[in-house]
Amino acid sequence: MSTTVEEQKQQKAFGWAATDQSGTLSPFNFSRRENGDEDVTLKILYCGVCHSDLHVLKNEWGFTSYPVVPGHEIVGVATKVGKNVTNFKVGDRVGVGVLVGSCKTCECCQQDLENYCPQIIFTFNSYNPDGTKTYGGYSDMIVVDQRYVLRFPDNLPLDAGAPLLCAGITVYSSMKYYGMTEAGKHLGVAGLGGLGHVAVKIAKAFGLKVTVISSSPDKESEAINRLEADSFLLSSDPAKMKSAIGSMDYIIDTVSAAHPLLPLLSVLKVNGKLVTVGLPNKPLELPVFPLVFGRKLVGGSDVGGMKETQEMLDFCAKHNIAADIELIRMDEINTAMERLAKSDVRYRFVIDVGNSLSQ
Amino acid sequence: MTSLHEEEHPNKAFGWAARDSSGVLSPFNFSRRATGEKDVAFKVLYCGICHSDLHMVKNEWGSSVYPLVPGHEVVGEVTEVGNKVQNFKVGDRVGVGCMVGSCHSCDSCKDNLENYCSKMVLTYGAKNYDGTITYGGYSDTMVADEHFIVGIPDNLPLDAAAPLLCAGITVYSPLRYYGLDKPGLHIGVVGLGGLGHVAVKFAKAMGVKVTVISTSPNKKKEALENLGADSFLISRDQDQLQGANGTLDGIIDTVSAQHPVVPLLGLLKSNGKLVLVGLPEKPLELLAFPLLQGRKLVGGSMIGGIKETQEMIDFAAKHNLKPDIEVVAMEYVNTAMERLLKADVKYRFVIDIGKTLKATS
Repeated sequence: MSTTVEEQKQQKAFGWAATDQSGTLSPFNFSRRENGDEDVTLKILYCGVCHSDLHVLKNEWGFTSYPVVPGHEIVGVATKVGKNVTNFKVGDRVGVGVLVGSCKTCECCQQDLENYCPQIIFTFNSYNPDGTKTYGGYSDMIVVDQRYVLRFPDNLPLDAGAPLLCAGITVYSSMKYYGMTEAGKHLGVAGLGGLGHVAVKIAKAFGLKVTVISSSPDKESEAINRLEADSFLLSSDPAKMKSAIGSMDYIIDTVSAAHPLLPLLSVLKVNGKLVTVGLPNKPLELPVFPLVFGRKLVGGSDVGGMKETQEMLDFCAKHNIAADIELIRMDEINTAMERLAKSDVRYRFVIDVGNSLSQ
Repeated sequence: MTSLHEEEHPNKAFGWAARDSSGVLSPFNFSRRATGEKDVAFKVLYCGICHSDLHMVKNEWGSSVYPLVPGHEVVGEVTEVGNKVQNFKVGDRVGVGCMVGSCHSCDSCKDNLENYCSKMVLTYGAKNYDGTITYGGYSDTMVADEHFIVGIPDNLPLDAAAPLLCAGITVYSPLRYYGLDKPGLHIGVVGLGGLGHVAVKFAKAMGVKVTVISTSPNKKKEALENLGADSFLISRDQDQLQGANGTLDGIIDTVSAQHPVVPLLGLLKSNGKLVLVGLPEKPLELLAFPLLQGRKLVGGSMIGGIKETQEMIDFAAKHNLKPDIEVVAMEYVNTAMERLLKADVKYRFVIDIGKTLKATS
């Protein structure tokens, strides 16, 4: 509860929330702050369903504060802009991703790495400086400081573009930081889900050779024919994995369940990089010999800063990259979550909030 | 009566070898190849005792072939050069490190990274291209292809230079590769032994601030006063670790025993790098959250290529950088090994081969 800052006025909002660890979502009335001088208000049209939403709904990471309104792949239209807002006007197509606040003064914030700010405020399940909770995009509207609002390029479809705000930036930022964008080099994408399929598209746009690494044989045809990956490696086939030893320059590991790293490390060439962007809630085992004998590394990456997120959106617009989505109604969300838990989606659910969220 | 080891090659050689996995070393007559047209032969004056030697004499990695003559921190004076040798002449001060051969044609070799060549030949205990087993530097002579010989500048004493050939390059290479060599950065060095103490010296010479991280409180005084480290952390003290969270740009972890790395990740700033140069046998436990939330990485490194090894030696000479050594006689080697096992050495044993290795008839 704030004592030194005057409590902002609140306005009514409506969305769907989970109230306990079952993770079951249902209609939920709540409130958001009024649009301040630095703020942009969005009428939400679409919101992507990220696997992180599912982890948080079920308290799989252990820090969920109920009730929780998930959703951090939010797109819509600006309906209000504060008087200090210069980059957006009413009617603009806008988006909000994984964060809605940071300290703005630390080294990370000054380097456009707000996503690594120790005082980051996440779009949902986080706390504002005034003590109020943040609620995400499974709702009708959201009010966000202009620094954390993205401009949605005109030729990017709002629905299929929504997942770029988390999945897209997650893979784009990791690839740029770890130098995994050299045309002609060979990238492995482990896991073909929301993150993985976007990784394939972005990697192809960088001119990389792409191999999808998956334990599901039925993803091969999709990977090659629809996503245009160059090849497919069945990780559950020891002979195939053996023949792939030392063949890849880099691997993006998008798998969110705990899994062994040794087979992936073996597939890397000397100086190879394994970048992990999934967040399993169990420890990973790190074998040291392959790292030392091949000067390999395992690195992490977590979404991206605001500047880079805008750069990624513009890059995707230029290369006509959007996610492959299944559009659902708000009242289908619980079924969608069950299917997501079984990876039964090609490859991201997006909630048609604008047309299906009603009181 | 001569053994097959003595008859294998035309030139007599003498050294000390382990005969079995007890690891006990004793005098051993053997032979070395004739100096080929690209070879440099040298009289061995000193050889460092690396912890790898201890692992190998006891067959702890399961790859040892007996009799085993260890030693891959070998220095001495050139006695003969083949007629195609361009960079060395008789009388030169030279050394050989962990490798004596590589394929010269793979991507790694072409990038001056012979250490990562899949056909790299180790200085001892490995099968050479002629099918014979290589013998290391606990011996009176060495012969190696010029490519794998490094020159030791005059201002570096040979005995102190020896450990640079393995310990030195093992820490120098990752400091460069992982960008932890820039003045003003702050790194941690985990473990204060042969590798660790040299890491502190190199980092300081590069203008990098150093915190030594150790389980032994009695190493604090040494670290700060003798080695010039800026600070010292006891890794088992949770409060100390917490207080240092998010302060380091990188960490060079030299420890080969199993140890937790998640607390080390906590010490790193965003974009921090944990570099492993030790070889714990079992996998280490890694959590995804600390890795992702600060965009941190865990990488490995193993010795370095020959070009970089020469560069490292020249850097050490320029900065008057010398490992801290305890010179011992050849006959002391078994006792030295026992003490090494207990980490009872500041910080590297070096065998005075030239004065104390005496051939037996």
